[in-house]
Amino acid sequence: MSADPIYTEMIIEYSRNPSNFGKIENPHIHRHDSNPLCGDSIDLYVNVDGNKITEVKFDGKGCAICMACTSVLTEMIKGKNLEEVKNFKKDDLLSELGLGHLIKTSPVRIKCALLSLKALKYGIYSYFVDKMNDVEAAGKLKEEAASLY
Amino acid sequence: MQSTTYSLDSIRSDFPVLERKVRDNKPLVYLDNAATAQKPIQVIDAITDYYKNHNSNIHRAVHALAEESTEAFEATRGKVAKFLNVANTKEIIFVKGTTEAINLVAYAWGRDNVQKGDIVVTTEYEHHSNIVPWQLLTQETGAELKYIDIDENGELMLEQLDEYLATGKVKLVAVSHVSNVLGTITDVKEVIKKCKNADAKILIDGAQAVPHMKVDIGNLGCDFYAFSAHKMLGPTGVGVLWARKELLEKMRPFLGGGDMIREVHKYETTWNDLPYKFEAGTPNVADVICFTAAIDYLTKIGMDNVRNHEIELTKYALEKMSKVKGIVIYGPKDPKKQGGVISFNFKDVHPHDVATIVDKNGVAIRSGHHCAQVLMDKLEVAATNRASFYIYTTKQEVDALIDSLEHVAKVFKL
Ligand SMILES: Cc1ncc(COP(=O)(O)O)c(C=O)c1O
Repeated sequence: MSADPIYTEMIIEYSRNPSNFGKIENPHIHRHDSNPLCGDSIDLYVNVDGNKITEVKFDGKGCAICMACTSVLTEMIKGKNLEEVKNFKKDDLLSELGLGHLIKTSPVRIKCALLSLKALKYGIYSYFVDKMNDVEAAGKLKEEAASLY
Repeated sequence: MQSTTYSLDSIRSDFPVLERKVRDNKPLVYLDNAATAQKPIQVIDAITDYYKNHNSNIHRAVHALAEESTEAFEATRGKVAKFLNVANTKEIIFVKGTTEAINLVAYAWGRDNVQKGDIVVTTEYEHHSNIVPWQLLTQETGAELKYIDIDENGELMLEQLDEYLATGKVKLVAVSHVSNVLGTITDVKEVIKKCKNADAKILIDGAQAVPHMKVDIGNLGCDFYAFSAHKMLGPTGVGVLWARKELLEKMRPFLGGGDMIREVHKYETTWNDLPYKFEAGTPNVADVICFTAAIDYLTKIGMDNVRNHEIELTKYALEKMSKVKGIVIYGPKDPKKQGGVISFNFKDVHPHDVATIVDKNGVAIRSGHHCAQVLMDKLEVAATNRASFYIYTTKQEVDALIDSLEHVAKVFKL
């Protein structure tokens, strides 16, 4: 059987040993989200210092795609600025794992891949609204999160 | 190649979709028959023919087309009655599916017959359509909902039913004839006997039974029986509720509107006769009529042959699947005790990953909770994979499934 375009070594490895798996007590940002159709369910925890993301963790259950994408997302945003992360695009995440093709080939599985990014965008949105009072930046984020899939 | 008593090749040639290639030109291996069955050309042609040559509303006009349609619609009712050994065709009510049939009973029978303090019994392996209507009913009336649990083989622990019935408070027992996830065949004769002795009514969800085995409602002795046409080669949007005439006559209508009335005045209405009292509005005329072609098709093969074919496939599949590394199979694991349905998981691999990988080989299985979340909780999983067979499934297709499952084990290094 030919090499699988989705289930690469990297995805399997990440799904078996996810990065930043765990929980942060009293985090600055916490967001739970799930895909009812396939049962992916994650909690994303983020701590920030000023504008910088200092700590990220996640826990929950999901398929290999969801686990791998969430792992990579947490790796990518750690140490980054909220501003940078705010502008993070779905391609930035998908291309990291060679999953860009999912957008076209699998409208179902794309949800597994983007669940964590959606949770992150909503999480930062709430953070902007509640803690920073930046409603304008927040509105755009919410729109973006809602339109991810 | 198989000892099946009918010619698989000639049956397969009646199903155009089975010639399809999917995912980079792989032959389609359709193993999601518990969700819905494929349609033979006879059914497809009947639908075209109906719209080309006969289309008309029924029961209302006197013109030629209306007469033809009405006659064909009623002929299907007769076909269904004969297929299930029901003597009185007026007991056959057309609805849009099993779900609507069960809701009809919960609404039109339940609301007048179940009160605070009463008990409604269902089971852990029900489809949501045989759980949620009873939740709604019991919540509304203050009655209690109780479950018959399953044992480690996925079979009902019927001694629990005895306990519930012994309270004298059970008004209804609602149970599926065959579980859509585990394939377990319920000992309905035994359940019905127990219910009769305790004067409780019994509803059977036959969505996974009528398509796959001989069902003799005339001799079964239950009170309500529900199933869907689309799982037995027929069109979507057609289902049947069978109920005893004495019950139907006492029940109030479910939906109000055209056709279900005898006379309508400003403030009161008298109901039409059975079965029309429960068939308000324009029914799914075309699909009901074309359901005849599906029943004819199955009758020609013979339901005992259908069942035997599935027993053989299930035996073959269980043997091979149990050897795949890392696999866990749920249910009876005994072809005589289950329908052609096998649910399984790989240790810690999410079912959607499994389904996606096998789909790459053109193999269509279902992964998810199968509208049976109560059962998923019991099995302590979020979801399972399910392969389900039908009259056109071949051993080669089972082999294709096994190859794909072995590939899953390899990819995930099990
Ligand atoms: C056991 C069982 N009951 C009820 C249903 C619901 O049938 P329908 O969706 O046709 O109403 C199904 C179908 O998935 C089923 O398998």
